Amino acid sequence: MDWLRELARRLRMLIHRRQFDADLEEEMRLHFELRQQEQLESGVTPQDTQAAARRRFGNTTYLKEESHLAWGWEWFEHLAADVRYGLRMLRKSPGFSAVAILTIALGIGATTAIFSVVDATLLRPLPYPEPEQLVSIQDDLPGVGAHDSGMSEPEWQDLQHSGIFQYVSPTWFDENNLTGSSRPARVRLLLVAPNYFAMLDVKPQLGRIFDPNDHSPGLIPEVLISDGLWKRSFGADPHILDKSVRMDTDLYRVVGVMPSGFDAPGRIAEERNIEIWAATSFYGMPMSDHPPRGRRNLPTAIARLKPGVTIEAAQSRVDALVASLQKQFPADYPVQSAWKMRLLPLKERVVGNVRQSLILLLGAAGLVLLIGCVNVANLLLARASTRGREVAVRQALGAGRVRLMRQLLTESMLLSLLGGVAGLAILFCLKGSLLRLLPENLPRLNDISISWSVLLFALGASLVAGTVFGLAPALHACHLNLTDALKEATRGSTGSGKQARTRRALVVTEFALSLVLMIAATLLLRSFWDLVRVPLGFNPQNVAVVRTRLPAPNDPKADLYRTAEQEAPFLREVLRRARTLPGVEEVALGDTAAIPLDQSLQDLKRISEGQFPVTFEGRDAQSDQPCVVERSSVTPDYFHLMGIPLLRGRLFDDSDNDKSPQVAAINEEFAQTYWPNQNPLGKRFKQNRADSPWITVIGVTANARTASLAYGAVPQAYLDIYQTNERRLAVFLRGHLNTAAIAEEMRSQIQSVDSTLPVSGAQTLSETVSASLAERRFSMEMVGLFALTALLLAGLGIYGVISYTVSACTHEIGIRLALGAQRRNILSTVLRQGLRLAVTGAAVGFIGALLLSHLMAGLLYGVRPTDPLTFTGVTAVFIAVALFACYIPARRATEVDPVVALRHE
Amino acid sequence: MHRDEIPPGTLYLLILRTLARSGEMHGYEIANSIQRTSNDVLQVEEGSLYPALQRMLIKGWVTAKWGTTAGNRRARYYQLTATGRKQLDVEMSQFERVVGAITRVIEAV
Repeated sequence: MDWLRELARRLRMLIHRRQFDADLEEEMRLHFELRQQEQLESGVTPQDTQAAARRRFGNTTYLKEESHLAWGWEWFEHLAADVRYGLRMLRKSPGFSAVAILTIALGIGATTAIFSVVDATLLRPLPYPEPEQLVSIQDDLPGVGAHDSGMSEPEWQDLQHSGIFQYVSPTWFDENNLTGSSRPARVRLLLVAPNYFAMLDVKPQLGRIFDPNDHSPGLIPEVLISDGLWKRSFGADPHILDKSVRMDTDLYRVVGVMPSGFDAPGRIAEERNIEIWAATSFYGMPMSDHPPRGRRNLPTAIARLKPGVTIEAAQSRVDALVASLQKQFPADYPVQSAWKMRLLPLKERVVGNVRQSLILLLGAAGLVLLIGCVNVANLLLARASTRGREVAVRQALGAGRVRLMRQLLTESMLLSLLGGVAGLAILFCLKGSLLRLLPENLPRLNDISISWSVLLFALGASLVAGTVFGLAPALHACHLNLTDALKEATRGSTGSGKQARTRRALVVTEFALSLVLMIAATLLLRSFWDLVRVPLGFNPQNVAVVRTRLPAPNDPKADLYRTAEQEAPFLREVLRRARTLPGVEEVALGDTAAIPLDQSLQDLKRISEGQFPVTFEGRDAQSDQPCVVERSSVTPDYFHLMGIPLLRGRLFDDSDNDKSPQVAAINEEFAQTYWPNQNPLGKRFKQNRADSPWITVIGVTANARTASLAYGAVPQAYLDIYQTNERRLAVFLRGHLNTAAIAEEMRSQIQSVDSTLPVSGAQTLSETVSASLAERRFSMEMVGLFALTALLLAGLGIYGVISYTVSACTHEIGIRLALGAQRRNILSTVLRQGLRLAVTGAAVGFIGALLLSHLMAGLLYGVRPTDPLTFTGVTAVFIAVALFACYIPARRATEVDPVVALRHE
Repeated sequence: MHRDEIPPGTLYLLILRTLARSGEMHGYEIANSIQRTSNDVLQVEEGSLYPALQRMLIKGWVTAKWGTTAGNRRARYYQLTATGRKQLDVEMSQFERVVGAITRVIEAV
């Protein structure tokens, strides 16, 4: 504790340092006077006493300083003096200060904003106790090209009993119809094992969690609900625990309410914003009593490792388990499928697919900050040459180099800290609108805040920025040649040659960095542009989509829509009613898979629906790889409404029903992929399941980008909705419609047929198409914004350097003009100087971009990362901007009046 | 009369010892005391007492408070602390070790 007491003493001294100096002074004076007195008494003459006393005492000033230094605060006092002086300097040139602070504020603000997102998503651990123990388990069948293909109930049991994990819970996302609250609603349901909440180790705000040891078959008649649902649908009823809710007509007791802010760990937004959790042991009604090993219907699983077990150790034990199961059940695990179970940190599953974009954005923002720094460094250097005299005078008076450097660095730090504060202030003011810019499906969106770590980052970034842009000017000041500087400053010259070189190097750096950013932005822009202009193959104009969902009760006898036949009257009635609505020109029905480019559907397919693997008649299913195709169920009017032309064969008609053999229309890609150079009509295929019927191809349609904008040709099968038993339904309406109004009308029409059905998701198809690009649009816009800022800064940078050179060379230009130089020559001389800088910078940036751009290959569409057109085009634009920036000062150079310029001497 | 500079590093020891012997003292008294007790052999550059005293204050070896001298003038009086006493022991033994070693070197045949 001694050092603490010592620190306390030092601090006391710091606070009372005026008093301290006075005390010391008094003490020394006393000493001095006592000594003089003593000597007087011993008979020395008064004149000599003083000299003798002084001789015996030593150098008072030096000793005072020594005593003062002993306390170790001189650095602080120097700093305080430097800061005071720095602030005075900043106030003296408000224009320069404002530009520098704003530039830094822009950079720090942008970087910090992106960092706050990165911090919330990528850096902070998941908000559950011991989050590092939580892993996601994915089944892969790399041999047949299937990833994340889901696990079967026996596999889950094997994992449970393997002793590797504390808990393992499958998670199965589903939609459900909630009735019994104000109006029927579609809710997001997560089907989990009873140990799910015990595994996450979270507590509800009300009630209890599922009993982790409940192994009863079928669905446990209990649910937990989210805080949002509790407030929205139940008015935050404090007695909710006594109540039951109806989901798909089945009764469940509410046993708990999760706290607000609790998000389920999921890969996509739908899966994270769960509203109801239901638990099951994944066997027994309505599931199979003895689920087969090969039926991978559990989409994914989460597990908690035993304490102290690393993920690598667990993985090797899982690998051993997989190997022994493959030996034990060779029929279920054919060697060629190469079944694997992959453990990865749960956080990876939640935020893994936004990492690349976020890091790209952080990099782009960081580059803007760096370019800003270079710009400010340039400004500082320009100013340093006008301050050369000041620095020289200080040096001549004995200021040490280190001390001078420290003072100049303090000034830069002040600039950058003020910039940082301004940047944070801007960030605080714009927080709300910036958050709205973020794509809604960004994971952990609600965790984004200006936290301590974000503030710390801003501080760190400011300090680094201050060092970066302060270093070059400070170094220059230190190596100033005194005599030259004192002479030069009186004339106002170009500054030393070395300094001019540094400034040019800085501009070159700035250009290189901006070019890299510009190329990245242009590549993203071109990807986006290509996607927007890609021929869709269908017409989304004036089509509104309204969704509903038929319930699937656990007891099949309670199911009103158990078969396609039972469902058909409902479908026909909805169609009939929809046609009578005002303004509606065309109507079609389909399942939600028929909604083109629907993001929530794409997501659903990834997390619960699984893919649609098919086998073909007359081919050996074993030797062939299972073929995955897209499927949807529609009414025949769908094709006309969407504008997807029929190329061959026929569409469904009334003769196709649940009694007749199942039929399908396929797209051209399907036909060409699986029956190349053959007539596909009359060929048969079926879903890769034991109980699935054969499906006969009756028609071939043109390709349409309904599954994905980025991938043009995906094999697609359209089934007849009257022959399939689809529960997630979409009503397509074409006409000049008011989306909100038509949704309300459809709601009342559908609910007058069946009052328990939820109606949701009124959207125009154009909106759906545009929403599917939301994430790409976001990264493109952000990177584009950063790139434009960078271009602007680079332009300003080169402008600054060239106009400075011109103003410094006025005298020289005057002489040249007087000696008969053409103004044209002057112009081209100046422009050549600028061009040389720009071309050098562009060349460096070009190479840098070539080296770096492949890192963003995953974010591109339609262009290669080294797209020559983008590279040359952007570089050309860049050089043009540079030329323009140089033209203004070059023009000024030609307007120099030789008489004035020479008289200036 | 010839006066010797004090050996480097022994200033603390001298101050500590002086204070230990006589309790409270101000700077001038310390300087005089050292000179007197050494029979005018040791000459402290008097001013250098003050930085040394500051360092000792920081270390907590001495405390200081203001009082009045016999001549009724304000002066800062220094006093040894417990830590200072311990430090005196340390410095003493260190000094003796060095002197002993030097003596041995000189007397070696």
